Amino acid sequence: MLDKFPEHIAIEKQLPDAVHDWHTDFGDRTLIIDKNAVAKVCKILRDEHGFNMLVDLTCVDYHPRRPRFEVVYHLLNLDKKARLRLKAIPDDKVPVLPTITDLWPIADWLEREVWDLFGIKFEGHPNLKRILLYEEFKGHPLRKDYPKTKRQPLVGPQN
Amino acid sequence: MEIKEHSTAISEASPEFHQRDMLLNVGPAHPAMHGIIRIIAKTSGEMVVDSEVEIGYLHRAFEKSCEDTTWNQALVYTDRLNYVSACINNVGYCMAVEKLLEVTLPPRGQYIRTLLCEISRISDHLTCVGASAMELGAFTVFLYMIKGREFLWELIEEYCGARVTTMATRVGGMPHDLPEGWLDKLTWTISEIRTILSECHTLLTKNRIFVERMEDIGVVSKENAVAWGFTGPCGRASGIEYDVRKDFPYLVYHEFDWTVPVGKRGDNMDRYLVRMEEMEQSLRILEQCRDKIPAGRVSVDDKRITLPDKQDTYGNIEGLINHFKLIMYGHGVRVPQGEVYFPVEGANGELGFYIVSHPDAHSTDGCNGMPWRVRCRPPCYNMVAGLRPMINNYMIADIVPTFGSVNMIGGELDR
Repeated sequence: MLDKFPEHIAIEKQLPDAVHDWHTDFGDRTLIIDKNAVAKVCKILRDEHGFNMLVDLTCVDYHPRRPRFEVVYHLLNLDKKARLRLKAIPDDKVPVLPTITDLWPIADWLEREVWDLFGIKFEGHPNLKRILLYEEFKGHPLRKDYPKTKRQPLVGPQN
Repeated sequence: MEIKEHSTAISEASPEFHQRDMLLNVGPAHPAMHGIIRIIAKTSGEMVVDSEVEIGYLHRAFEKSCEDTTWNQALVYTDRLNYVSACINNVGYCMAVEKLLEVTLPPRGQYIRTLLCEISRISDHLTCVGASAMELGAFTVFLYMIKGREFLWELIEEYCGARVTTMATRVGGMPHDLPEGWLDKLTWTISEIRTILSECHTLLTKNRIFVERMEDIGVVSKENAVAWGFTGPCGRASGIEYDVRKDFPYLVYHEFDWTVPVGKRGDNMDRYLVRMEEMEQSLRILEQCRDKIPAGRVSVDDKRITLPDKQDTYGNIEGLINHFKLIMYGHGVRVPQGEVYFPVEGANGELGFYIVSHPDAHSTDGCNGMPWRVRCRPPCYNMVAGLRPMINNYMIADIVPTFGSVNMIGGELDR
């Protein structure tokens, strides 16, 4: 059995039900956390454990497995030079997660990108609209059930 | 006559007319935008009051395309991410896959990768500094720096046959050894680049026109830089002491003696100075790498990952089978299940690849011939996202040097 790493123990003390699972495969420390606790866990990690940079925020679609989505956060502690990965699993039908834009401003664009390409909503996001694709685009192309060969007409911007 | 009437009309207009904010579109296709991007600036007179940045014009489904290729084919798409320093993308992607495969290159392969990465880094910085200097009127600098970049790209071309879309690495190794006489050419190129850098320092660093356009413009504080996730030269100019090569060493960077330049003010001038110093440090790495490069293989010795030598392919049946097992449709490198994040120091900052290998319905052994997900963490995404506070409350003319110092690369920004 693996040893829990310090951040994991600290989070479990404050939020007993937040961490569902963890692993350190390939040397990457990973916590799988409850979808409703994302913002709280991120705040604890940022304020008390020095994970001050949100390096990356993305999503993976494991369709046809259920639950299909995993939203992945990569955090970096700039002082101790340590990394941590968080994963949250939103619902399949209406995938929603709490936003972390108030913790890191960069999450604004990253969450917009995840919404654009995967169709995962971030509750409380101030400006959740498409970023890489155009507003008239239908569907979310990085979902596995979006066919790779599907083409859509390019509609120009409204203004 | 008409002109005169028009000007009187403006001067007699109501005071509200003069105070009204104006929306100014910078881009999408504008000569001073280093790619296709749109900045909508709300201006009051000469000042930018508010702005919005719109991206996505170069989106070409890099991540989706990678899911439909073998592990080695996806490498072609990574060239197109940062097309000024493509070798670093190749190395980053390959090292992420190698982390999943749990293989390490023999020393000579790692040294060659280091050489190619540093050559690419210098060419990227030369392009960035040269282009932004040109936009401020220093056309000579641009020509000098592009000349230097051409020397570097000749080296890359001699190694892999292409200047821009290099595909210089393979999963588990390098395609071949360095060509004969390559290291001597490198020595010559290093001295040429040193000359060019000192010439450009003379032309720019104390040039009043240049300095006054760059100093205290586009300032980003350290707190803001951390919050926006700035890495690379932009982050270091704001005072973040973070370089993936130093802090999470990969390849053979830990064997060399070099320093990480860090700025204080986080303005355009600091970003320029950090880039200039980084080029000098990269030259130092190149020199030490050239002197220390060991002999030996350049790829891992595993028939399931790297192609056999050509004489084996044509000479014996095992070689032929090994070759076809890696080349034929439906075969190729097979990667065990898992997820990894591997960061390398790109020319713009932390270039990370988050790669997932997940067995699909056709998999029988739990390994996969295709990536399930390839996520590229593009370094300039953060800087372009943080561009808004960098250009707000400065003059319209300051958009150009600030945007130049961010070094937006459309290929990796929009993917």
